[in-house]
Amino acid sequence: MQQTALTFRPLNFGRWVVWGFTALLFLVLPAFFSKGFALTLMSQMGITIIFALSYNMLLGQSGMLSFGHAVYSGLGAFFAIHALRWIDTGALAWPTSLLPLIGGFAGAFFGVIFGYLTTRRAGTPFAMITLGIGEMVFAASLMFPGFFGGEGGVTADRASGSSFLGIPGLTFGPQIQVYYLIAVWCFVCMIAMFALTQTPLGRIANAVRDNPERAEFIGYNTQRVRWLMLILSSFFAGIAGGLSAINFEIVSAENVSAVRSGGVLLAAFMGGAAFFFGPILGAVVFVFFAVALSEYTKAWQLYLGVFFVLLVMYAPGGLSSLILMNLRVLKFKKFARLRDPYVGLLLAALALAFGTVLIIELMYHVTLNVGQGPEVRLFGFVFDTTRAPGWVFAVTTLTAAAVAFEFYRRRFKQYWDEAQVEIEDWIRENP
Amino acid sequence: MSSLPVPALELVAVSKQFGRTEIIRDVSLQVPRGERHAIIGPNGAGKSTLFNLISGRFNVTAGTLRLNGVDITRRKPFEINRLGLSRSFQITNLFHRLSVFENLRCSVLWSLGHRYSFWKNLNKLADAEERAESILDQVGLKRRRDIAAGLLTYAEQRALEIGITIAGGADVILLDEPTAGMSRAESKRAVELIRAVTQDKTLVMVEHDMSVVFDLADRISVLVYGQVIASGTPTEIRGNDAVREAYLGQPAVTT
Repeated sequence: MQQTALTFRPLNFGRWVVWGFTALLFLVLPAFFSKGFALTLMSQMGITIIFALSYNMLLGQSGMLSFGHAVYSGLGAFFAIHALRWIDTGALAWPTSLLPLIGGFAGAFFGVIFGYLTTRRAGTPFAMITLGIGEMVFAASLMFPGFFGGEGGVTADRASGSSFLGIPGLTFGPQIQVYYLIAVWCFVCMIAMFALTQTPLGRIANAVRDNPERAEFIGYNTQRVRWLMLILSSFFAGIAGGLSAINFEIVSAENVSAVRSGGVLLAAFMGGAAFFFGPILGAVVFVFFAVALSEYTKAWQLYLGVFFVLLVMYAPGGLSSLILMNLRVLKFKKFARLRDPYVGLLLAALALAFGTVLIIELMYHVTLNVGQGPEVRLFGFVFDTTRAPGWVFAVTTLTAAAVAFEFYRRRFKQYWDEAQVEIEDWIRENP
Repeated sequence: MSSLPVPALELVAVSKQFGRTEIIRDVSLQVPRGERHAIIGPNGAGKSTLFNLISGRFNVTAGTLRLNGVDITRRKPFEINRLGLSRSFQITNLFHRLSVFENLRCSVLWSLGHRYSFWKNLNKLADAEERAESILDQVGLKRRRDIAAGLLTYAEQRALEIGITIAGGADVILLDEPTAGMSRAESKRAVELIRAVTQDKTLVMVEHDMSVVFDLADRISVLVYGQVIASGTPTEIRGNDAVREAYLGQPAVTT
């Protein structure tokens, strides 16, 4: 045993650097983004990162496409908010900082129950059953207002508990304190979920994802593997739910809704399910769209949808695989030939995005903001929606950009595919 | 008869029907411990179905299956595997996104007692690593250790298929056409590999290549239309008239 402890493993060293850097980033971010809105944004990102990573334990690691993951985060959130109410009234002596644990155990509890049903099947039947259970729980949340709070939801006061470790002022009232609470939980959960991928169960889940039949023939009950993974995943989803209860001080039926389940699927998929860190990126981008962009435009869901569709079409592996593929091209020194097509492609893409945004915003203005007059301010220009020039400009830009984009896309694809083939051939021949 | 040792594998009057079609008809077979047993027969005779019945992929319609004397009829594949029977597949059946090494490591985990544990660090399980490495060496894929299984050549995938099958340390090994689609040279290497890895084990194999069969098998059973029409040593099978008739015009048996 001692011998293994002495072996130098650069990989482990790299891991320490990555985790250390992540911790540092969490620590210093508020120093750079100190405004209230930025804190709100980062808090929600932290929660969504845990949620998306827990979702990917199913999607990316076990090959289970769930349409009802919000059931576990949502129920976790409900139990946490009720616990918080008891803390408020003094009925429960439990530190607020550990409230997410209550959410986690509630999530895991329902993972045991619902998971027993859903994980008996894999593939499409699994997906359908999760959809059914999601609808069932959502319906139940409206039927039992005593627990779920009906339309208004359940509210609580996060600051009323005893202060953290008895330090005066540390009551999680101010958003900055909530941010750090979320950051700590997020960091711990990230490490725990990563560690899980390096365990026998985690690896066997990959095997079940790749080939469930063969997994049975090497001694594994695939139903059991899926069930265990779902329970663990629900635990982390519940922690995310518990944190959202603290962050928003309100939990409603929306927390268990299909919209939430769809959102986390979108986040995990955008980031890329194939790599552990994919959903982290996806969560950050998703929250950016849902929280930051929604401040500027009512069309944020449309932009999110377009972005998602483009990713699925052109980079089905998500943002993480996009990044890693480019790093691989760099590593194999094939980037030089891609540089020019890349510049063309990016410029055309920017122009295309510009044209698309113009059209969408003009149309939204016409249909939704009639009361505000015909003029709309975009990118520093003023457009009059009742006159032709603005529309002509937008349509011309969009058309020209689309043509240019398609031209560069084809050229880029040709060079890109060539480079990929060369790299893969090299790997095949030089193990 | 009762004084004989318990056979490694025993089939008693096994039948299998798909709808109204009877694929396996009243097959009885005993494979003693340590024997290398080949099942041959023309296409569509039910050889692969027989394997699927033994390994628990399908349930029998009638009859009894015993593994080392334990009744395994209607048991699930993973239960049968845990009782000491492992099988390969005719069409390569790997964990294609995992590396060659991970394929093997996954295959040794259950038998080493690591089961569903999510509190152990996989990379610190020295026993699993050693065992996976030794099998990697045995099947000759050391150079391909970290390549995704899906990227291997066909012959390499077949070798890995055998590696996964033996990794769990099962004492009864079922190989379904292990040399199918291989060149002469590849096939020869595969035979040596099979001989080496099934040392002191019981082997049941389905095989079309008669040179492989006569090279490896201690005994041969001939399956025609779901029935065993003959069972015996290679010499007995070569001289059997019923077998000659079933293989009429097929020179393979004379090899």
